[in-house]
Amino acid sequence: MIAGVALALLLPLAIKGFFLFQLTLALIYAVAILGLNLLTGFNGQFSLGHSAFYAIGAYTAAILMDQADVAYYWTLPAAGAACFIVGFLFGLPALRLEGLYLALATFALAIATPQLLKSTPLEPWTGGVQGIVILKPEAPLGLPLNSDQWLYYFTMLTAALMYAGAVNLMKSRTGRAIMAIRDNPIAASAMGVNVALYKSLTFGVSALYTGVAGALGALTVQFVAPDSFTFNLAIALFVGLVIGGVGSIPGTLLGGLFILFVPNIAEELSKGLAQAVYGFILIAVIYLMPSGAAGLIRLIVGRTARSRSQPVHFETASRSARLTRETPMSSSTSGDENAK
Amino acid sequence: MNAVAYATAAAPSASAAQALLAVRDVRVRFGGIAALDGVSFDVKSGELLGLIGPNGAGKTTLFNCLSRLYAPVAGDILIEGRSILEIPPHRIVDIGISRTFQNLALFGSMSVLDNIRVGAHRRSRSNFLTDAVGLPGTRRRDAALTGAAWELVDYLDLRDVAMRAVSDLPFGLQKRVELARALAARPKLLLLDEPAGGLNHEEVDNLGRLIRTIRDERNVTVLLVEHHMNLVMSICDKVVVLDFGRKIAEGTPAQVRADRDVIAAYLGTAE
Ligand SMILES: Nc1ncnc2c1ncn2[C@@H]1O[C@H](COP(=O)(O)OP(=O)(O)OP(=O)(O)O)[C@@H](O)[C@H]1O
Ligand SMILES: [Mg+2]
Repeated sequence: MIAGVALALLLPLAIKGFFLFQLTLALIYAVAILGLNLLTGFNGQFSLGHSAFYAIGAYTAAILMDQADVAYYWTLPAAGAACFIVGFLFGLPALRLEGLYLALATFALAIATPQLLKSTPLEPWTGGVQGIVILKPEAPLGLPLNSDQWLYYFTMLTAALMYAGAVNLMKSRTGRAIMAIRDNPIAASAMGVNVALYKSLTFGVSALYTGVAGALGALTVQFVAPDSFTFNLAIALFVGLVIGGVGSIPGTLLGGLFILFVPNIAEELSKGLAQAVYGFILIAVIYLMPSGAAGLIRLIVGRTARSRSQPVHFETASRSARLTRETPMSSSTSGDENAK
Repeated sequence: MNAVAYATAAAPSASAAQALLAVRDVRVRFGGIAALDGVSFDVKSGELLGLIGPNGAGKTTLFNCLSRLYAPVAGDILIEGRSILEIPPHRIVDIGISRTFQNLALFGSMSVLDNIRVGAHRRSRSNFLTDAVGLPGTRRRDAALTGAAWELVDYLDLRDVAMRAVSDLPFGLQKRVELARALAARPKLLLLDEPAGGLNHEEVDNLGRLIRTIRDERNVTVLLVEHHMNLVMSICDKVVVLDFGRKIAEGTPAQVRADRDVIAAYLGTAE
């Protein structure tokens, strides 16, 4: 743990330029995947539309910097707040939708967003197809860091806060209510959990996380354009979620690394067949780790320390991964039965 | 069972004259059939009332009305004289009703302790922000809630499995977790829907003792739905019998057992 943190902190001194940029981006994706995981892994709501929240976050940051000269660090809370509101409002009507229908509604959000960003009425702010170019933030207080290094640390700090928040939340009374809804909404309601409110708020918080990631992404790439936020991004986040482990917080870090680096590796293996190679790698990974990286780690940890009792939180999170994956709609079905 | 170790908290309520629960002419329909067809009865505070009847009689439907999962088309349900029919389902626990489910409705991937802690959801306060930040006050309240949950873990003898996911546990233990979860809300009125289902003879005897102990020590009024006649007849103060959505008898176990309509209803079915 400590070694990992030390490594992450010292890394920018050893590596430079493009690779550091990629690592920053992987961390940003991890935060976006964490947002998706709060919704899907912990609350049992599906989304194929998180690219939309990433886009809203990115555009909020870009427009604020471009049009209003807002300092880059203020764009993060602004992006988070904007996405929280949009996510919450989207989550309200989505309460009526279960499983596949919710997936479909969020899919609609994903395909509509790039077009809306290109649309003429919004062009004065969004720059239409051209998008918006923004400046890279410089290190503050005369720190001896170039802007790539500074962005890496800035992203790291933001991500650390957001991961800490997610871990706290999921260990808390609120987190237990969120997971209870996933496992059995009717029983959760009978125990006094306001299911509608918690589901909408979880949608908002999930969008907030992914939106802040979008804002960080805009700062890092220094550019936003509608076609960076297509359905492909939504799918990439979904892949990262499943690879890392549905319902696992640490797994999202691996998910972020995976969706950033593995497509590139596939490209290197074969230019012409990059997509096919990526597909093959995906199938192989899913086959080898059917409950994601978190499941594999659990298996290894479980083998070496069978008798030792594990922290509650890790246990719950990783188990839910397996359950949610195998029976996506089991909770709602069993709930209905009990109402009979 | 560790039941004796638990110290009672509150004194029994003084207004024993008024019924804790009053069911007034409740009617529920599903399509053509009347699942409840004008059912009325009272439950006094501290009473252990058995609700029996053949399959499909409407027992679970009545529980679902009390949980506000179903809305009666006519009639009223009063707790301490106040109608509950305007209260949303998630607020039912606030007025003191808590329940178990006939087919188990646990949070399968969560630990036993966490299931019980969700049962105490309304006994604490927090929100997304205070919980994400982990403010000291929030943490203190959660620690208190957790302490109370551990107490229930011990009360129902679940310590060995407290950290296990409930879906990994055998059926009998899962039933006990559901009971613990329902008690975590500290209800005035506890609804038990076939708690003895799937238990063996000895376990049923233990359950009977446990239910009485809970009633006595925790000052809860119990509404017990059970097919297990020996259990109902041996522990209940009063029994209400439903058949095809109607109340066909009400009285002490001895009276009900001798009732001709009741005998006919039970002989008329496979049971
Ligand atoms: N959600 C529902 N939709 C349609 N019919 C229902 C529903 N819930 C209950 N019923 C019907 O209402 C009647 C009463 O059912 P209920 O579950 O209350 O019986 P019960 O007394 O609990 O029986 P059991 O002892 O088998 O649990 C039955 O005919 C049942 O089929
Ligand atoms: Mg029933």
